[in-house]
Amino acid sequence: MNSIAAEPPVTARRLPGDLAIWFFILAEMLAFAVFFAAYAFARASHVEEFNQYQQTLDLNAGALNTVLLITGSWFVALAVQAAHRDDMPDISRNLLLGWLCGAGFLIVKCFEYAGKFGAGISLSTNTFYMFYISLTFFHFMHVILGMVILTVLWKQSRKGIYGRHEANGLESGAAYWHMVDLLWIVLFPLVYVMR
Amino acid sequence: MSFLQNPIHRAWLILMIATAITWYLGEVGAAGTGAIVGMLLIAFVKGRLVILDFMELRQAPRMWRLLLEGWMLLVGSLILLAYWLSLR
Repeated sequence: MNSIAAEPPVTARRLPGDLAIWFFILAEMLAFAVFFAAYAFARASHVEEFNQYQQTLDLNAGALNTVLLITGSWFVALAVQAAHRDDMPDISRNLLLGWLCGAGFLIVKCFEYAGKFGAGISLSTNTFYMFYISLTFFHFMHVILGMVILTVLWKQSRKGIYGRHEANGLESGAAYWHMVDLLWIVLFPLVYVMR
Repeated sequence: MSFLQNPIHRAWLILMIATAITWYLGEVGAAGTGAIVGMLLIAFVKGRLVILDFMELRQAPRMWRLLLEGWMLLVGSLILLAYWLSLR
């Protein structure tokens, strides 16, 4: 009895995680696409205002947060790889590191918000800040949800649930976390840099 | 280098370099059509790395890969159109 023969061929096309999470991810991405387009078209009729107030944003904080989300995504991708080779301690460790990157993102973003709100800026200050605050806060909530998911995955991984034969839940949560990263990859240049 | 044999490590390294370039373009205040097209291309490359390597859609059924890559194209095109309108 050859156990290797029972394995599916490596070339078989397979969607990681549950199909449902991918529909959810797609719906979220479409909502953000509308939001991104709304920002870009609103800017087209307020070019000077957007260019002027964009310069008040902290480019370094935005770039640092890009590094944190990409690195967080990297750790979670490594956790999935660890599951596929049954390396249990490595799954938990990478999930924890990914979570910490998310926490770092939230801290940096809170400093940014504190600076803006401290200067008396609010949603009603002008169109640019309305978009900056609502768009980044909408994304902020997704980072929090992603971290809640990572917490659940981490707890499960500590119980030794994930491995080569049971990675569906882990892959589903990881896909959501990568989406949060993907959205920021568009949001950062759009809101902080393009002029 | 053995580090770069893992596609996930390779993706992370390219993503870091691409982020540094976008940061630099912001730091020097790059503006106008060339800068915007450049930044959108960088974002597209970064997005594809996340989709193909982190999300592992390279080996997924083609439909899902195309849906997410299509999203990148759609968003990029809409942003480009809006910026083109603002530059007219």
